[in-house]
Amino acid sequence: MPGDLKDGRIVIVGASLAGLRAAEALREEGFTGSLTVVGDEPHPPYDRPPLSKQVLLGQATADTTGLPMRRDPDAEWRLGVRATGVDLLAKQVLLEGGESLPYDRLLIATGTRARPWPDQEEGALDGVFTLRTREDAGGLAERLAAGPERVLVIGGGFTGSEIASACRERGLEVTVAERGPAPLVGALGGTLSKLAAAMQRNHGVDLRTGVTVTALRGNGSFTGAELSDGSRVDADVCVVALGAIRNVEWLAESGLAAGPRGIACDAGCRAFNMYGIVTDDVFVAGDVSRFPHPLFGYQMLSLEHWGNAVEQAKVAAHNMVNPGPLQHPHLAVPSFWSTQFGLNIKSVGVPTYSDHVVIAQGSLEARRLAMVYGYQGRVTAAVTVDMAKSLDYYRHLIETAAPFPPPPGAQDRAIAADIAVPSDVPDPSGLSHGPIVALTGHLPDRRLSVVQPTR
Amino acid sequence: MQTVVDLTRCQGYAQCVFLAPDVFELHGEEGLLYATAVPDDQVERVRQAAAACPVQAILLGEEVSGGAR
Repeated sequence: MPGDLKDGRIVIVGASLAGLRAAEALREEGFTGSLTVVGDEPHPPYDRPPLSKQVLLGQATADTTGLPMRRDPDAEWRLGVRATGVDLLAKQVLLEGGESLPYDRLLIATGTRARPWPDQEEGALDGVFTLRTREDAGGLAERLAAGPERVLVIGGGFTGSEIASACRERGLEVTVAERGPAPLVGALGGTLSKLAAAMQRNHGVDLRTGVTVTALRGNGSFTGAELSDGSRVDADVCVVALGAIRNVEWLAESGLAAGPRGIACDAGCRAFNMYGIVTDDVFVAGDVSRFPHPLFGYQMLSLEHWGNAVEQAKVAAHNMVNPGPLQHPHLAVPSFWSTQFGLNIKSVGVPTYSDHVVIAQGSLEARRLAMVYGYQGRVTAAVTVDMAKSLDYYRHLIETAAPFPPPPGAQDRAIAADIAVPSDVPDPSGLSHGPIVALTGHLPDRRLSVVQPTR
Repeated sequence: MQTVVDLTRCQGYAQCVFLAPDVFELHGEEGLLYATAVPDDQVERVRQAAAACPVQAILLGEEVSGGAR
C-alpha cells in the first residue's frame, strides 16, 4: 500500500543509545518494513555512563558495557561502517566505500565525539587520552591501574570531574585544570559550583581554576603541561575532557540544517533543511539534535543527556510511523545525573536558564540539598545532591511554570529557601569544556543586559 | 545478559542492592553503580530487582548480536 507508514524502508544512522531505542520503538509501534542501523563503531550499542565510573574504578571492563535490548528490533546492523552523506532528493544514505542505502524515512542519531586536544602532535603523545568510547575507557583504565604518578585532567565538566573522582578513589594524585571559576560551573551555575570545588579539594584534588593549559609536553610520552599562569604540572597521564563535538560533518553537503550545535529539528524530531523548512522523511534524535523547548523560551536546546536520547528516540520512532495529526511532541524536561566524590548529583530542567537560585532543602554544609533555579520569577530547574527523591516534585514545578522562589511544600524548608541569590550562569566561552546543555539562543542575563541607545 | 539502570529515574530506594548485592552497589548515600554484564548465576536476582524497583528503572536483556540480522 503506497504511503503505508508501517511499511517501507527505514534507515537509522547511529548505533548507540538513541539508535537502539528508536529501532526497538519502531517495532513496538508496528513497523513491519525493513530496518537498517548503521554505526561507525565496530561494537553493538553500549552504555557510556559506566565508562567514567565503574570502568575507571576497575570494577568493570570497558568491553562489558553493552546495552541490553528491550526487544529484538529485527534490524540489519551495519556496524563499523561510516555514513558519508545523504542525498535527500534520491532518498539515499551514502556509505564509505561508495555503497548507498535507499530509505523511505531516515533517522539521524550520530551523537557526539570527544573534542580532541587542539594540537595534534601534542595530543598524540603516549599517555594523552580523551574519554568517549569503549577503547578510550579501556586504555585509560589500564593506565590508571598501572599507578601513574599524577593524572592531569583538562576540563572540569562532568566527565573531567568524574575522572578526577575515580583517580582519587584509586589513590592517584590528580590535577584538574578548568578555565572557568569552578568545576561543573557550566552545568550548575556559580553557586553550586562552589560546592563542587570544595568537594574536589576536600578529596585531595589539586584543582586549578581560571587557568588554561597552554601546551602538553613530552618526548613521545606525555610528561607534563604548561598552564596559562606560568606554572607547570608534571604528570604522566593526561585526560582531555573538553566536551564534545557533534557528528554532523558528514551532512555538510546534504542541505540539512546541520551545524556545530547539532541538527535543527522541530518538536516532533523532524529535521529542518538549511532554509528552515521541515522535512517529512528525515528525523533526528539524541545528542546530535537541536530542538525548540517551550519551557525554556522555545530556545533551541542541544542536550547531551542519556535520558534525552531515550525519550527523543521514542518520539522520533512514533512520528516516523504515524501521520501528522497523530504525531507526538518531544517535551520531556531535561534531566541528568552524575556520581562523583561519593555524591549523587541530579538535575531537572535547564539550570543555566536562570537568574536566581535558592536552597530549598538541606544545606551546603550537610552536602545534601535541593537547589532550585528560577528565571524571571518562575522555576526553571532544580539540582539535588543526595536528595534524588525530591526531584519529581521539582520537575512538576518546572512543568507547571510555578512561581520562583518555589511555594512551600518541601519538608525541611529552611530560611535559605526564601533568599534568592544570583545564579551566576557563566558565559560558555569561559569554560574549557563544552556545556552538556547548550541554549543556542541568548543567555538569560545577556538578554536582560541589552540596553537601548540613549540618544 | 546485560543490564542497564535508567539513572534518570533512579531515586536511590536501593531495593536492587538488597536483592542482588553482587550486581548493584551504592556508592556513597545514593549513587548507584552496577555490573553491566550480569553473570549467569545472578540473572534471576536481577530479574527480581527489576521487578522490585519502585521506579522501574532496571532493564535486563540480551545484547545486540554483532553480525547481521
